[in-house]
This record gives sequence, structure tokens and C-alpha cells, in this order.
Amino acid sequence: MKTFWLLVRAGFRRHSTYRLALLAGMTTNSVFGFIRASILLAALASAGTAIGGYDAPTTIAFVWWGQALLGTVNLWGFAEVKDRVRTGDIAVDFLRPVDPQIAYLAGDLGRAGINLVGRGVPALLLGALLFDMAWPPSAVSWVAGAVSILLAVVVAFSGNFVINLLAFWLVEIRGITLLWMITGGLLCGLYLPVPWFPDWLRTIANWSPFPSMLQNPIDILAGRVVGDDIASAVGVQVFWAVALLALGQVVLRAGRRRLEVQGG
Amino acid sequence: MSIIETRDLVRDFKKTRAVDRMTFSVEPGEAVGYIGANGAGKSTTIKMLTGILKPTSGHVRTCGLDPMRQRVEVARRVGVVFGQRSQLWWDLPLRDSFAILGAIHRMDEAATRARTDLLVEQLEMGPQLGTAVRSLSLGQRMRAEIAAALLHSPELLILDEPTIGLDVLSKQRLREFLVAERREQGTTLLLTTHDMGDIERLCDRVLVVDHGRLAFDGTLTGLAGTVGAQRILVIDLAQPTPDLHDVPGATLVDSESDGLRQRLSFDAEATTVAAVLAHVSSRHEVRDLTIEEPDIEDVVRRIYAASGRT
Repeated sequence: MKTFWLLVRAGFRRHSTYRLALLAGMTTNSVFGFIRASILLAALASAGTAIGGYDAPTTIAFVWWGQALLGTVNLWGFAEVKDRVRTGDIAVDFLRPVDPQIAYLAGDLGRAGINLVGRGVPALLLGALLFDMAWPPSAVSWVAGAVSILLAVVVAFSGNFVINLLAFWLVEIRGITLLWMITGGLLCGLYLPVPWFPDWLRTIANWSPFPSMLQNPIDILAGRVVGDDIASAVGVQVFWAVALLALGQVVLRAGRRRLEVQGG
Repeated sequence: MSIIETRDLVRDFKKTRAVDRMTFSVEPGEAVGYIGANGAGKSTTIKMLTGILKPTSGHVRTCGLDPMRQRVEVARRVGVVFGQRSQLWWDLPLRDSFAILGAIHRMDEAATRARTDLLVEQLEMGPQLGTAVRSLSLGQRMRAEIAAALLHSPELLILDEPTIGLDVLSKQRLREFLVAERREQGTTLLLTTHDMGDIERLCDRVLVVDHGRLAFDGTLTGLAGTVGAQRILVIDLAQPTPDLHDVPGATLVDSESDGLRQRLSFDAEATTVAAVLAHVSSRHEVRDLTIEEPDIEDVVRRIYAASGRT
């Protein structure tokens, strides 16, 4: 556990060395926040009523929590593990008395931490300052929201970890990564809230892990999901976190058996 | 109990057999040089010893453990440096890498700090502790890699090409450190290298691998003896002297300046420098002497030639 915590801290410090990148990310997130808020408010105005449980303040909350979590949750994926498999550096990970999946998860939690603090929260505060935004309606929503963010980070990491591990079998996984990004970007509820989807698409989304990466924490924090529904939103996330971590373990083991470290 | 033990170890890649029925063992405290051409099977063997690569067949034990099934336990007891890969955290100050590795090896903070301080002092890395790893020079990084591999005081240190790309001075410092470390800790050392200086300074036993097969297992002197390479004693004498044909165990190679300088070759297994020198100096006044060692690369080439490889 202490090892895990130290690896989390290392991830935090690693990513905090790139301050300019954080600032740039924050700026981008804010600009896109304005654009998205304007578009969704216009859609809401033309409908003349709340859509899918979203009125104006919850829609604003949806937009800005989304922007805040965009850098925190690794929606677009990462290439580190894939690159290490390709170059053979993954061998070094197997020389350590820790499980590589757990070590990378710890590092990613650290990365998520610095991105939430250094990039997400400032963007959120800026949005809250300029728009009329709904805050979590109760202490329960705040706490559950925090847990839900943590789970979202874990789910996104675990899914991407599995994708990265495909490099054991495929020389180039760029196509798969791209497919994951496009599908995930849509189904996680980044562009539009999942409840706004047509029925068929909402069904697909709800059977996928993607809403667990963004829509669920946002719903809790925007106050659209309250009471007993909070437990089921978090429960679904727990299910996906456990399932994808388990899948990662299976794939990691298969990959290790297959490992033919290239070069030298 | 042997610290490394392999029996009929085989690893096949798609079409080639990288390691072919390899059988050898290494006892605790030994320093073993593992040499051979590129692609001879050195790194593949090391990867099987450390549980990175699954053997196709055969038996392998490291510290008495099955590396494939007990990878984590093996990792706790072995330190490994791959000269071309890094185990340090690129973006962080060097100090942080040691702290993280200490935690990974479940050392408490005081123990990690004490061990780090010691290694840093011996490797003269103090000024670099606050530097991000990506900004270290190659020589500095290699010393840091070795410190990282030794942090948890492993019983066995495996170095794969540790001096590759280093300048003469950096190599020298690294070797001196390793000699001292082994003297103090009794760490077992397995070393692959293309640099024969590494073998001569650090190893008391040599394994030569060729086409995945063990071509030689013995001392460096024995290796030279196997292929008939002999040491040469160059003797400078005070007076012009007739050719020294009658020295037991030695053969005259040539004689210069009316016999002022004479070169005698001798088989290191059959006699010693001291015996040859004693015989000569009992009859003539010796002013100076030097010993020419056989060129090890040449020796390895000859072993390959003997086993039918060009």
C-alpha cells in the first residue's frame, strides 16, 4: 500500500514538472467550455424546456465538470505502455517486484491528481464565475462525486491499459486507439449528455464502459442523479473498474507469455 | 546451493534456436563473464534467468526459484542492468528514482536513505542527485543505473553490457566500484560484455556462448590455454646473452640486440611467470620484464573458428 502511494506521488510529481502544458491544457479546456456552453444553452432555449433532466444550470454544470474532468480522466488514452512493449522496455517493468498494471495505475492516479488540481479546478472555477451553474445539491453528492471521479479515472485507465497491451500481438495499434477515442468520446457523454441520445444509441452507451468514465460523475456532481440512483451510478462504475482491471490482468499474463523482447 | 542453475535450457524464436541445451551453474560469490558475438544468445539467457522470457524447454533456477512462476520473489533478490534500457524515472530528479525503487522493494525510508547515501558516495554521484534523469550524461546515467540495481542489496547482480558507449575514464570508475562492491558485499556477478577489459578486471570465470551453445566454461587463463594462446614474457637483460633455449616450460619466440631483449612464450597452465623468471635470473642479470597477455577477442574468435564458424 505504501508502495502504491509512493507511485501515485511519483506520477503526480512527474506530470507536475510540465507546468506550461498544464496551463495550455487549462486554457484549451476553458475556451472549449465557452463554446460548448453556448451551443448547449442555445439547444435548450430552442427546446423551451429541460431536456433529459437537464435545465440551464445543470447543463452548465455538465459542460464545466466535463471540461474539468477532460484532462483528469484519461479519455484519449496513453501510449506509454504500448511504446514500452514495442521497444522492449516493458522487460524492465517485469524486473520489479510489483505488478506492472498496479504500478501504472498508481502512476495514472498521480497524473489524474495533478491534472484535476492544476488544470480541471481552475477551468471549473472560471466556468462557475461566468455562468449560472448548478452545484452538487448535498454533502452526499460531493462525496459520491469525488468517489465517482476516482472510479472514472480507474475505468478509463484500465480500458486503455488493455488497448495498450494489444501491442504484444499487433505491430501497430494506432487504428484501434483511434477507434477507441472516437467511440469513447461520443459514448462517454463528452459532446452531448448521454440522456440526450436517441434511445438506440443510449442503449449502446449504457451497455458500454464509456459513461462510467465521464457521464456518471458529472450526473452526480450536477445533481441530475440523486438519492438511491447515486448508488447505482457508482455501482456500475465499480463493476466496470473491476471487470476491466481483471481483463487487463488476463491480457497482461498472456502478453508476458508471448513476450519476445525485440533487440539485444 | 547454486545461485544460478540451468540444465538443457532451450529457447526457440520463430525459426531460430537462440539458446540451445545450455547447462551451467554459478555459485554464490562468483564473478562470471558471459561472452559471445551479437545474437549468440546472451541476452536471451539473461531474460530467462530473470523471468522475462519463458524457456521453450529445460530447467532454470535463479536463487533456487523458478523465475517464470516466482518472478516477484526473484526480482527481490536479483539486481539487473540492461545497458540499453533504463530503470530510472526520466522526468524526475535522480533522488526520486531511488526513493521509488526503495518503496517498490519494501525498504523503509531510513534504510533507503542510508543505502542511497552509501552508493551515491561510492559512485561519486552526489552533485547529480537533484538532476532530472533525462539531463544526465551517459556515464552518469550508467552509474545511476547500477546504483539503482544495487539499492535493495541483491544477492545476484546481472549486468548486460554495462560499459557500452562509455569513455575510458567512466569505464575505469565503474569497474573499480564493482570490484569494491563485490569485495565488501560478496555479491555474485554475471556480466555480458563486448569489452574484454571488463572481463579481465572483473571476472574470475568465463562462459563463452556460440550459436546458443556453451562453447567454453572455465578461467580466463584456461580459455587462452584451450585454444593454444600463450602468454609471452619479455625479458630485458643487462648483458648480451645467448638465446635462452633451455628454460623449462617456455619456448623462445625471438631475441633482439644480441640477446639484450628476449621473448619467451609459456603455457600458463604448465608454468608460472615466477618460475620462468627465477630460472633466468639465476643465470643472468635481469633488468626489466613485461608480460604480454593473449588478446581475448582473438581467443574467442579462435573458439568460434574451432567450432566451425567463420
